[in-house]
Amino acid sequence: MMLRVLLPCLLLAAAPALAQALDPVLLAGACQGCHGVAGQGSHGIPQIKDAQSRAEFVALMQAFRANQREATVMGRITRGYTDEQITVLATHFARAQ
Amino acid sequence: MTLSRRTFLAAASAALVVPRIALAQPGAGRVVIIGGGFGGASAARFARDHFPALDVTLIERSRTFTTCPYGNLVLAGRRTIESITFGYDRLAARGVRVLNQSVTAVDPAAKRVRLADGTEVPYDRLVMSPGIDLRWGAIEGYDEAASARMPHGWSPSLQPITLLRRQLEEMPDGGTFVMAIPDNPFRCPPGPYERISMVAEYLKRAKPRSKLIALDAKNGFSKQPLFQDAWEELYPGIVEWRGASSDGRVMRVHPATMEVETEFGEKLKGDVVNVIPPQMAARIARDAGLVNQSGWCPVKPATFESAQVDGIWVLGDATIAAPMPKSGFAASSHAKHAIACIAASLAGRAPPPATLFNTCYSHVGPDYGISIVGVYRPGPTSLVEVEGSGGISPRNATMTPERRQQHRQLEALYADGWYASITNEMFG
Repeated sequence: MMLRVLLPCLLLAAAPALAQALDPVLLAGACQGCHGVAGQGSHGIPQIKDAQSRAEFVALMQAFRANQREATVMGRITRGYTDEQITVLATHFARAQ
Repeated sequence: MTLSRRTFLAAASAALVVPRIALAQPGAGRVVIIGGGFGGASAARFARDHFPALDVTLIERSRTFTTCPYGNLVLAGRRTIESITFGYDRLAARGVRVLNQSVTAVDPAAKRVRLADGTEVPYDRLVMSPGIDLRWGAIEGYDEAASARMPHGWSPSLQPITLLRRQLEEMPDGGTFVMAIPDNPFRCPPGPYERISMVAEYLKRAKPRSKLIALDAKNGFSKQPLFQDAWEELYPGIVEWRGASSDGRVMRVHPATMEVETEFGEKLKGDVVNVIPPQMAARIARDAGLVNQSGWCPVKPATFESAQVDGIWVLGDATIAAPMPKSGFAASSHAKHAIACIAASLAGRAPPPATLFNTCYSHVGPDYGISIVGVYRPGPTSLVEVEGSGGISPRNATMTPERRQQHRQLEALYADGWYASITNEMFG
């Protein structure tokens, strides 16, 4: 699938430039409403902080978006976010590699 | 005796609240936030966490905040009122100056807010998250006195949900619980229907011969197919919902006889009568000139700055932010975006691109939750939903019985998780 090939390139090449245009803290603010202010999760809502690498985060969001992974709300949510936004969020939440 | 202008000014400046930080650092500024609910508390926390150059003052008349979300669970006896009530100590410990005072006036030209004790608070940027007022008298006979017999249970700052809870507990088995539900827009679009569900759950458990009749001033509502599927499945014979085209619009109430009267003159008597009246932006927003003829506050969709008064950012239920609903999560989303825009404007930068977000969970039974999601971006004149995103939980028929049970169970659990996370973010 084309998207799968493109995304790692996006991550490597474009992330710093995108981070200036999009505010990662502001984007992540939406996630915090359920996943907690530090991304720690609660009541079965998974933690997102330090849980995975950037590539894993992007792959997971892509799977939610494509209905390839069972979800309650995440499919409906990820379909509202662009590749750029997901990349910025991945950088914000992923553990240091 | 008249006070000379000079004497008045001297007295006023003596009462000025002096900001704690020097204003020399780049992007610094005094941000004053009026209202300590989901919008205001989220704005204060977000500003403290991410913009240390901002001097943050939160003005809220009450020392505690009881959330509207989870009020319906208090009504059903599944939560205590204490468990949904929070204080401002932690926000104060994080460096927010909390003033527990009423605001008497906002002066956008002088950039000052006047408090009930006469103090004037100067600001560089003002955030108002004032919430709602009920439109007393919009339903004939429904005034504050009537609400003691026919509680609204819709604005905890005016009336605790425990009043309605007490009446529900005292209702005889075989009694009738009557609800009046307003037309759009109003605070928490799925709220009345979560309430129907929670009351029905209580009736089924404690007073199984009772009935709930919901009279609605409109013909459709949030998450309607999911709620109606659940009522049929969980509470057959208990819930009757009537929309506007089935004479559901309540025009007047008779508190003395505990009757409500519909558009076509039918009178229904309840043992408990819950009237959720039409609403508008709270008084302070109206006094400050933020509302238009609709009674709500228009905002610039890219920044949430008032479309009517420069230098004031408006958040939450008081705003016209449709298609975003009037919800706590939406208010917190408005808050974060507005604070980022304010920080940018103080630093001389352009506002950041806006993505607004909302998820509303509703409890419809034990281990049975449903949700609606929306992702929004600013359009030329209003917010618009990002195409292809959002929507409600899948209907029963689209899932296997096993997946269906798991889905409803998970969403009930995640609702509790959302509540724990967002209240912790604001008050923890």
